[in-house]
Amino acid sequence: MFGSTPLNERNRRRERLVAALLLAMTLLIILPVLLILAVLVVKGAPAVSFEFLFTEPRDAMTAGGILPALVGTVWLVAVALLASVPIGVAAAVYLSEYAPDNTLTRVINLAIMNLAGVPSIVHALFGVGAFVYFFRFGTSILAASMTLAVMSLPVIIVATREALQAVPRAFREACWSMGATRWQTIRHIVLPNSVSGILTGVILEVSHTAGETAPIMFTGAAFFVPFLPEGVHDQTMALSLHLFIVSTQVPGVPEALPFGVALVLISLVLAMNALSIWIRTRLRGRKKW
Amino acid sequence: MSTRPETGSGADRRDLAWWTDLGVRVLVFAGGISAIVFIFGIFVFISREGLGFLQGPFRPGEFFGSPAWRPTSERPTYGILALIAGTASVTGLAMLVAVPFSLGAAIFIAEFARGKVRETLKVLVELLAAVPSVVWGFIGLTVMNPLIIQVFHVPVGLGVLNSGLILGLMATPIMTTLAEDALKAVPDAYREASEAMGATRLQTIFRVILPAARNGLLASVLLGVGRGFGETMAVLMASGHSINLPTSVFDSVRALTATIAAELGETAEGSDHYRALFTIGILLFTVTFAINLAADLIVRGRRRR
Repeated sequence: MFGSTPLNERNRRRERLVAALLLAMTLLIILPVLLILAVLVVKGAPAVSFEFLFTEPRDAMTAGGILPALVGTVWLVAVALLASVPIGVAAAVYLSEYAPDNTLTRVINLAIMNLAGVPSIVHALFGVGAFVYFFRFGTSILAASMTLAVMSLPVIIVATREALQAVPRAFREACWSMGATRWQTIRHIVLPNSVSGILTGVILEVSHTAGETAPIMFTGAAFFVPFLPEGVHDQTMALSLHLFIVSTQVPGVPEALPFGVALVLISLVLAMNALSIWIRTRLRGRKKW
Repeated sequence: MSTRPETGSGADRRDLAWWTDLGVRVLVFAGGISAIVFIFGIFVFISREGLGFLQGPFRPGEFFGSPAWRPTSERPTYGILALIAGTASVTGLAMLVAVPFSLGAAIFIAEFARGKVRETLKVLVELLAAVPSVVWGFIGLTVMNPLIIQVFHVPVGLGVLNSGLILGLMATPIMTTLAEDALKAVPDAYREASEAMGATRLQTIFRVILPAARNGLLASVLLGVGRGFGETMAVLMASGHSINLPTSVFDSVRALTATIAAELGETAEGSDHYRALFTIGILLFTVTFAINLAADLIVRGRRRR
């Protein structure tokens, strides 16, 4: 009675065909990226050396290394996170632990979504108008990092809120019933149980921030700075902008050099991503509830 | 999550813990409204700079109707029609590539892939999203450019085709992820009911699940459009950057975003040119805001039903 008939044979064949087609589409969007990575590695690897990473550019940026750009990117990302992580975590704590279901909360969620959708060049305009001129930070690491911080805020809020909401409600109720205040509950129960989830989001955002170019172009990252930044009021070079400059703005750059810069940038970004994914997977395996 | 009795009632002891709790409440509330403050701040600050242009040399007919963007000539003209055409052509081509492929990928990952395959594909799509836009632009410049020249025998490979393909690849991961979420959000009862009626797996997917996820899928496409519309570095590097009303996919064009990125550094603060760029910024901000709002309303419509 349940033997296969010609009809369900045909259905099964059709199903396999569609599945194969969809798999092919999926692979077609993934393969180009793997190919591109391969090209970057093959063409960029010869340029990357110890000297490349730890010396300054020479001969009008047609030779030498990328040390100032590398250090500059670290500065920009670190200062940006110093601003965006506290604000983002506070916002997420409010939304997850305090916010009532009312119009204000809906407006906040809408604002977060819209902030995430603002084009990066509009963030750049905002940074120039607000931080460079209005707050008189000038073109500096501070102005560029604040611009990056505003840009990364929505991602940090959303990731943190998800991590906080993954903590079961029973944990909170148990704590409240012991007479703890809301903050004591958050401090001793909710945050410790979600810290690795928050970390995952932050690391992922580090990798995004490090690759951003448009928002820092006019706010603090410069074409060429002959020294390493010493404070937040200095201008700095940045890896992402450096890639743009050596591949479009400087004549006579040997072909391998921009590939080397691109390889270093993408390696940094992918390493951060891999770390984040690794933490997340481990976390899922260890979860006690 | 706020069914706990408010701590402000008179029965509470006003001890240190009580005051700390109040302080934290104020602090996290300030953080909570920060997103509103910033979105409002962005609007205020770009409007402040753009307003001088709107009150001065701005003529709507010229601004939206003329393809002549010559802010540095003797008698400057500020027409953004060609820039709009540039953005529209590149984003349009990108969507032609990205929409079918990301929907296909989302259906495969949500409905066909299982276990390890599914996890691996999801991670790979995530890695796709991680590539910075300046690296995409660099790829357009150094890999796609010679490829297009070779395949189509054209003199220059930078243009609508190059930046459209790059942008399509860039928009794919976010669209795939959101579309997959939309498919996963369809209740299993729909699948079960469909199968109980004797529908095959394909009938279930294409006649039950896709229609049920329609709103979420539409929102994912809209957000992809917003992404492409606002993309800057990749378009700046791969589009050829000459002001053009494109007539073929090999034409070089310039996008709204790329214009700001290329010219802001050369303008003096407060000049007409500087303010005109901020006015383009207002336009970009308004359009992306509208797109995001529309996507949100569409998704909300789905939830309410």
